[in-house]
Amino acid sequence: MAEKRKIKNAVKMINIEKYFGYTAALKGVNLEIGVNEIVGLIGDNGAGKSTLIKIITGVFPPTNGEIYIRDKKVSLRDYNVKQAYKLGIEAVFQDKSLGEKQDLWRNFFIGRQITNRLGFIKVREEKEIARKIMFDMIGFRGVGITAESKANKLSGGERQGIAIGRAMYFDAELIILDEPTSALSLKEVRKVLNFVRKIKESGRACIYISHILSDVYEISDKFIILDRGKIVATMKKSEVTIKELNEFMLKYAHGK
Amino acid sequence: MKHLKQSIAKLVKIEGLTIIGVFIALMTLFIISAPRVFTGYRIYMSFLQTVPPLLILALGLTFVISAGEMDLSFSAIIAFSGFMFCYVFRTFGTPWLAFILALSSGALVGLVNGWMVAKIGIPSIMATLAAQFFWNGLTILLSGGLSWNIKEIRPYFIHTLFVGRIGGLVPAQSLWGIAVAVFLWFILNRHTFGEHILFIGDNEEVAKVMGVNVIVTKIKLFVFMGIISAFAGVLLTLEMINFWTTQGAGLLLPTMAAVFIGGTSIAGGYGTIIGSFFGAYIVGSLEAGVVASGIGGYWTRLVTGLVMAASVSLNIILSREKGEGIKERIKESVFIKNL
Repeated sequence: MAEKRKIKNAVKMINIEKYFGYTAALKGVNLEIGVNEIVGLIGDNGAGKSTLIKIITGVFPPTNGEIYIRDKKVSLRDYNVKQAYKLGIEAVFQDKSLGEKQDLWRNFFIGRQITNRLGFIKVREEKEIARKIMFDMIGFRGVGITAESKANKLSGGERQGIAIGRAMYFDAELIILDEPTSALSLKEVRKVLNFVRKIKESGRACIYISHILSDVYEISDKFIILDRGKIVATMKKSEVTIKELNEFMLKYAHGK
Repeated sequence: MKHLKQSIAKLVKIEGLTIIGVFIALMTLFIISAPRVFTGYRIYMSFLQTVPPLLILALGLTFVISAGEMDLSFSAIIAFSGFMFCYVFRTFGTPWLAFILALSSGALVGLVNGWMVAKIGIPSIMATLAAQFFWNGLTILLSGGLSWNIKEIRPYFIHTLFVGRIGGLVPAQSLWGIAVAVFLWFILNRHTFGEHILFIGDNEEVAKVMGVNVIVTKIKLFVFMGIISAFAGVLLTLEMINFWTTQGAGLLLPTMAAVFIGGTSIAGGYGTIIGSFFGAYIVGSLEAGVVASGIGGYWTRLVTGLVMAASVSLNIILSREKGEGIKERIKESVFIKNL
């Protein structure tokens, strides 16, 4: 634990660039996310938010730049989703977190199944853990829902709950939430926000992406504003009121 | 009424039960309409002899379709691997080398398919159609368009092992068909490879962000299908003791029909091995059944079409019943009680 305190940043990116063909999705992005910091990532559609988090979670590598995770430089050639899991990075993507027609217990472990040496899945063990996550950890109360139910039987909130529960179970150091509240009712939004507070209390970091500025403002320590592939501002919560933040965003929405 | 629906829903969940029902109904129908043929054992032995290549192909294709892809090249692989087997056996006289090279030739075709689909990004139906023409063409070129007889292989152990008659009666290939089915059931439902296939078929983007290496898995999938097809090709060649250049052509559509009758969805993300197993036996027994029933061989295709339409409709209607009551449930349930 003593060693853990010494680490300064959960993630640090230096001069990250990403090109798709000739189109630059990210240009010269520098950012730091502290080990116990909640960062609100804001920006319009197409600003590069998804690209940025896909780089952090190892879905694809950046074209240029350096990434440090828990103050250690990662080799970009070997970096992938599995590597990111090992380094304690978990993401809950908007609509892309669950395989719709697959059993819930499979959804918990896809990409890191518990297997024997031949690669056969230990089904009973996985189901047991899935049940624990669903009913003990996140207090699932869906009527008639079991670990064997298909993901497409769930409501939007339940889906988010499953994905968040998965992130909790694997004990991530950095949890990335991409528009986690877009499909939720007001009551469920409060629950997600409370969950983010719990991440903070347990000494972990979170990147929270949302279009709803009031939510972002309420829970974040720091705001990073992306516009057309560049970070245009980084603000601490103490430096800005929600009104100013709102005006700042509007300015960019109107193309300056 | 509600009880009835619930119990139907429970039953439908058991893999392949619908199709087993269709199979039993069909057999009952045949027994009634042609009792002389279908109460004897001979007709069943004939099915066990002729269906296994089709069955093994259907089992492999179940994986491909579950992944949301299609493979049209397996009929060419049957010819190509059959030729390879005959060529190597005739040239070197070693059946096991012939067997291994035949499987490798299937793997090679699959590798090229997988490369085209996963790396270059050609939709699989286009890539494998091109492959079908290419490898069939190459087979015709290499064999000089001739069929090759290999009756010298009869005394070899490989012949007894794969297509011999157990107790002078049961064709060995039928047991191979069952063994492959059991093995592949475990691969699809209990192995990481199968799970990755299902997630890719479900939603490739989800699979990717959850850490599945989509490109490698897809290449593996087509190589796997290549090897399975080559195995079916060898079985066919051994059974016929003959290779001919069009030996796979007649299997393309029946194999697809078997997979779809079994209940595997073209949409991807779901596949049933048990369904494909019975689907293959349904498709494989229709012709004999229709002819024996006395309504005439011209009716075979028409009946196949009817059976396929009926099974697919049944699968869809029954799985709709399964969804009953979900809407109400969603309204009641609340997520995350103690966050």
